[in-house]
Amino acid sequence: MVAKKGAKAGGASEDAVEDLARVPLQAILLADSFTTKFRPITLECPKVLLPLVNTPMIDYTLAWLESADVEEVFVFCCSHSKQIINYLDKSKWTNQPNFSVTTIESQNCISAGDALRLIYERNVIQGDFILVSGDTVSNMMLTQALQEHKERRKKDNNAVMTMVIKQSKPSQITRQTRLGTDELIMAIDPTTKQLLYYEDKADDSKQTLTLDKSFLSENPSLSLLNDKQDCYIDICSPEVLSLFTDNFDYQHLRRHFVKGLLVDDIMGYKIFTHEIHSSYAARIDNFRSYDSVSKDIIQRWTYPLVPDVQFSINNPTKLERHGIYRASNITQSRSSQVGPFTYIGIDTVIGNNTVISNSVIGDGCKIGSNVAIDGCYIWHNVTIQDGCKLRHAILCDGVVMKPGAVLEPGVVLSYKVIVGQEFVVPSYSKVSLLPQPVKQDSDEELEYADSNTEVIVTTNPLENGDSTNNIGSDIGENGRGVIWSISEVDHEEEWRHSVSPIPDSKLIELTQLVNEDLEVLIQDDQFLPIDVRESDTESDGDVRDESQHFEKEVEATFLRGVNENVKEEHIILEVNSLRLSYNMASENCASALFYSMMKLALDNSRNLGQDLVKCTNDVVSKWGKLLRPYLQGVDDEIEVIMKFEEICLESGKEYAPLFVKVLHFLYDKDIIQEEAILNWANEKEDADESDKVFVKQAEKFIQWLNEASEEED
Amino acid sequence: MDFQVVVLAGGTSKKLAPLVSKDVPKSLLPVANRPVLSYVLELLEQSNLKDLIVVVEGEDTDGLVENWISEAYVDRLHVQVASVPEEVGTAGALRAIAHHLTASDILVVSGDLVCDISPGAVAAAHRRHDAVVTAMLCSVPVSGTQDSASSGGKDKTKKPGKFNIVGLDLTQQFLLYIAAGIDVEKDLRVQKNILRAVGKMEIRADLMDAHLYAFKRSVLQQVLNQKQSFRSLKQDVVPYLVKSQLRSEILFNGGAQVEENGNEKDAFSNNKVMLSQLLANASTPSFHELYALGPNGFAPSERKTHKCCVYIASKNTYCARLNSIQAFSDINRDVIGDASHLSRCSFSVHNNVIHPSAVLGLKTTVGPQCMLGEGSQMGDKCSVKRSVIGRHCRIGSNVKVVNSVIMNHVTIGDGCSIQGSVISSNVQLQERAVLKDCQIGAGFVVTAGSEYKGESLARK
Repeated sequence: MVAKKGAKAGGASEDAVEDLARVPLQAILLADSFTTKFRPITLECPKVLLPLVNTPMIDYTLAWLESADVEEVFVFCCSHSKQIINYLDKSKWTNQPNFSVTTIESQNCISAGDALRLIYERNVIQGDFILVSGDTVSNMMLTQALQEHKERRKKDNNAVMTMVIKQSKPSQITRQTRLGTDELIMAIDPTTKQLLYYEDKADDSKQTLTLDKSFLSENPSLSLLNDKQDCYIDICSPEVLSLFTDNFDYQHLRRHFVKGLLVDDIMGYKIFTHEIHSSYAARIDNFRSYDSVSKDIIQRWTYPLVPDVQFSINNPTKLERHGIYRASNITQSRSSQVGPFTYIGIDTVIGNNTVISNSVIGDGCKIGSNVAIDGCYIWHNVTIQDGCKLRHAILCDGVVMKPGAVLEPGVVLSYKVIVGQEFVVPSYSKVSLLPQPVKQDSDEELEYADSNTEVIVTTNPLENGDSTNNIGSDIGENGRGVIWSISEVDHEEEWRHSVSPIPDSKLIELTQLVNEDLEVLIQDDQFLPIDVRESDTESDGDVRDESQHFEKEVEATFLRGVNENVKEEHIILEVNSLRLSYNMASENCASALFYSMMKLALDNSRNLGQDLVKCTNDVVSKWGKLLRPYLQGVDDEIEVIMKFEEICLESGKEYAPLFVKVLHFLYDKDIIQEEAILNWANEKEDADESDKVFVKQAEKFIQWLNEASEEED
Repeated sequence: MDFQVVVLAGGTSKKLAPLVSKDVPKSLLPVANRPVLSYVLELLEQSNLKDLIVVVEGEDTDGLVENWISEAYVDRLHVQVASVPEEVGTAGALRAIAHHLTASDILVVSGDLVCDISPGAVAAAHRRHDAVVTAMLCSVPVSGTQDSASSGGKDKTKKPGKFNIVGLDLTQQFLLYIAAGIDVEKDLRVQKNILRAVGKMEIRADLMDAHLYAFKRSVLQQVLNQKQSFRSLKQDVVPYLVKSQLRSEILFNGGAQVEENGNEKDAFSNNKVMLSQLLANASTPSFHELYALGPNGFAPSERKTHKCCVYIASKNTYCARLNSIQAFSDINRDVIGDASHLSRCSFSVHNNVIHPSAVLGLKTTVGPQCMLGEGSQMGDKCSVKRSVIGRHCRIGSNVKVVNSVIMNHVTIGDGCSIQGSVISSNVQLQERAVLKDCQIGAGFVVTAGSEYKGESLARK
C-alpha cells in the first residue's frame, strides 16, 4: 500500500498540470443496498459491516477506492447509520492523508434515488465521481476508465455515465450468474461502447428480445451481450445527480435511471460501458454472491485485497499451502483436519477429529470434537459443540450450536441464535431472534421498514437476554430463535440466492423446463414466417395500427369532453398532445375528431330515437369549432370528406342516404369550404365506379356550387 | 464435389419493366454485352461446379434460356433447364424440381448474381461445419454505401430490400438471426435462448444476403415438404432454420434420412461419444455442440441442434444482384469500371473495350470505362462516357452518350443526347431526341426532337 501511495501522488501531480481547475476525485459510497436480501442479518447489523472473510465489506470498498486514487469519499448511511458511523470513526479510514471519508446520514431514504437526491442537495460533488455501493469488492484501476469517460465528455457533453462491466456468462439453465444476479442482456455499440439497451430481470415469458430498429439506422452493427455482468461501479458526471433530482420518481439506479436514460431520446443523454478483463470487480448482492466473492478472495483473485495483506485493521494472517489462512493463537487438535481454501480467525479453538473445508471461521470461535464443517461462513465467537454437522451455512456472531445439531445446506443463523441439541435445521431456513417483520416487502424490494427496524433493534434481545421466553423455541430443545416462515413463492426461488450450491435435482428440473419452453417456441414459430410475409405485403400494418389507436384515443378524449363538459380549448390541447405522441398530421386529428362527432351523433340518435339529421346538426353546431384548428388547408378538409365517405361505407351506414345533407350542413357551418368539395369531386373523377357513389349523390350540390362560383366570377 | 447447383434464373420480373419482356427474360439481360446469367454460370464453372439445374419461371422463356445455354456452354457444363409456374416463389421452385435433386448438398444461387466470390468457398464452409444451411453474405456494394452515405439515415427507408439484418456469433461463422431489410422498419426480435447459448451476438445491418445458399438436401426437402406454406427461401426457409437451430425438428423426425445422417445420429444419441470426439478434436467446440451437451457435459434429455452458417465475403470482393433498374445500371457501370475483371474483356490503354469490328467516325471519342460491341457504328463528333453500347448499333453524328446502357441493334439519329438511361434492343431514336434517366423498352421509337426525363417508355 505504501508503494501505491507513492504512485498516486505522482499521478495526482500530473493531473494537476493537465487540468488547472482540478477537482479532487470523489466517490459516493452507498452504505445501504436498499434491499432486503440479507435479512434477517441486516435487521441487526448494516450489510456493509458484515464480515467477508473476516473483514467488513466496507473495508474492501474503501481500500479499493483509496488505491484507485480517489481522494474524497462520501459514505451515505441510512439503515443502522449509527453503527456505520461508529465503525468508521474507529477505523483507520478517517485519519488517512489524501483520503477523506465523510459520512452523510439520512433516516428516511428508501432508495438509491433518494440518497443521490439528498447528496445533490448537500452540494458536495464538484466533478466526475465514482458511484459504488459499500458491498463492492474490486481491484480494478480506475485510471483508464476515468480517462475514457473524460475524453468522451470533452467531445459530447451528454455522455453522463460510464458503467463498468465484466465477462461472466450466466448459466443457461438457472439464468443467473455465479454471483446469483439475474442474467443481463445488453446491446452495445461495438465501436463507441455506448450502451443502447439494458435488460436485467429478463421477462421469462418473452422468448424474444425486442430491439428498436433505430439502433441500427445509426450504427451498422451492434453487439448483443448476454455474457457480461454489471459490476455496479459507475463513473458519473455531476449531471447524474441533477437528473435524479429532476426525475424524482427515479429510485433504482438500473431499473429506473439507466433504463430511463436509454428510453428517453429527447435529452439525448448517453451511457457508455467500460469492460475490465484482468481485474476483479463484483458486488455482493445476495447470499450466493457472498459465497462466490468469499471464495474469490480466498483464492486471491482480488489481490491485493486478500486476508494476508493488511489493507484495513484486519488481523495478521498467514497463508499456508492449499490456500489455508491462519490467524495467530489458534488452538487446534492434532486429530482435526483443516482442508483447502479455509480461513481460521484469531483465538479459535478446534476440537478432536473435526473436519473443516472450504469455510471461513471467524475470531474466537469454539469448535468441539467430531464436527464436520463444509462451505460454511462462521463469524465471530460462535460455539459449535461436539458432533455437529454444517454444510453451506452462514452463522453470525454469537451463535451456539448444541451437540449433535445439524444444518442442512443454505441455512442462515442470525446473531446469537441457539440451535438445540440434535436439532436438524431444514434447508434454506433463516433463523433469527427477531420476529419476522409482518409487513412483507413491496415488490420493489425497498427496505421501507428500515426506520422501523431501528425500533426493534433497540429492544433487541442482545441486551435483555431474558426475552428468550417470548421467542418461540422452534429451533430445538433449549434453542433460541425463530425460523422465519418463507412464503410458498419465495421458497421456490430460495435456492437461487442461497450460499449453498444449486442441487443437481433442481438443475435437471430446470433443464427440462428450458427444453419444454423451446418446444413451445418452435411451435409458435411455425406461424411466424407467414406473419412475416403478410407484413411484407402490407408493410403499413403498423402505421394502420397506430392510426387506429390514435383514433380511439381521440374519440375517448372527445367523449370525455362531451360528458364532462370540458372546455373546448382543453379538448384541443389534449388532442394536440395525442397528435404529438402519435406523430400524426393535422388532417388525422381533423378526421379523427370528425369521426368521433359523427359517432356521437349516431349514438345519440339511436339512443334517443331522434332524427339522425337533427342529432348531427346539434353535435356539429356544438362541437364543430373543435375542427377549426386542424382544418388549415383544403387538403385537411378533403380528408374530412373522405373520412365521412368511409363512415358512410363502414361504421355508420345510416349516414349513407344523408351524405349530401350532412355535407351541405358542413358547408353551411363553414367547416368545409366549397373549394374542398370541388377538389374532392375532381379527385374522384378518375376513381372506380364503386368509389364514386357519393360524388354522384352530391352531384347536384356540386353543380350548384360550381354555378355559384361561376356567378361570382 | 458432391454438390448439385440450382440456379434460380427467374422470369420476367415486373421490377425490371420495361427492360424485360417475353423475348428478353431477366436472366438474359445484358451486362457488359453478355447475359447476366453467364456471370453466375462461369463463376460456378471456376469452382468446378458443373452439374447445374437452371430453373426458369414461366413457360414462355425457358426455351430462350435453354437455347442460349446450350449454344454457349454445350461442352463446358452439364445444364438442365426446368421451368416452373410463375409466382411460386423460390421455395416453390425448389419444391417443383425436387425430383431432380439427388446430391447430398444443394447450392442454390440466384441467376441475377454478379460477383467474384467463389461459390466453392461457400460450399467448403458448409461442409466444414456440417451445416444445414450456409448463406453467403457480403458487404453492401460500394455504390450502395455511397448512396447511403450521401443521404444519411433516410436512405434506409428508401431501399429496404438491399439490407439484411443478421446476427452472427463472435467468430462470424454462425448465423444466429436473420431478417429481411424490410423489417428494419419494425423492431428486431431476437430469440433469447440463442443469445443465451452463444453469449455474445453481433448484429449487423451492413451485410447483404447474396442469395447464394448451400443446403443439406435432406433437410431442405424435409422443410419444404412439412411447411407447405413456405414460399421464399430467404423469407421463410432460412429464417425458420435459423430460429430452430437449437431445437432442431429436422434430424430426428422422419426416419427417411437415417442412412444419410447416420453419423450425426450416432453422435447425438450418445453424449459420451460426442464428448470424447470433442475432446479428441483439438478445436474448440461450437456453441451448438456445447449446448447439445448441456451444462457440465450432462444433458438429461437429448438436445438436437443444427448449424446455420455464414460465409462472409471479404470487403474487396464485388457482389451485386441485378434486381432493379438501378441495379442494372450500377452493375453495368461497375463491370466496365471498378469491377472490370468480371467482364473477362481486355481493356485497351484508354481503359475501354472497343470491338475490332466497331467503326468510329471522325472526332468521335470513346472515354474510359466504356464498351462498344461488335459491328456497331458511330458517326462523327460523338462522345461516349462510362457507357455500354451493344452489338450492331447504328449511331449518327453529334451523339452524346453518358452513363447509359444501350443494348443491341439500336439506331440513334444525329444529335441525340442520352444520359443515365437504359435503351433496350431494337429501339429507334430519331434525330435530336434527348433522354435523361429514362428506360426504353424493346422496339420503341422515340420521335425526332422529343425530350424525356426520368420516364419509362415501352411499346404498347
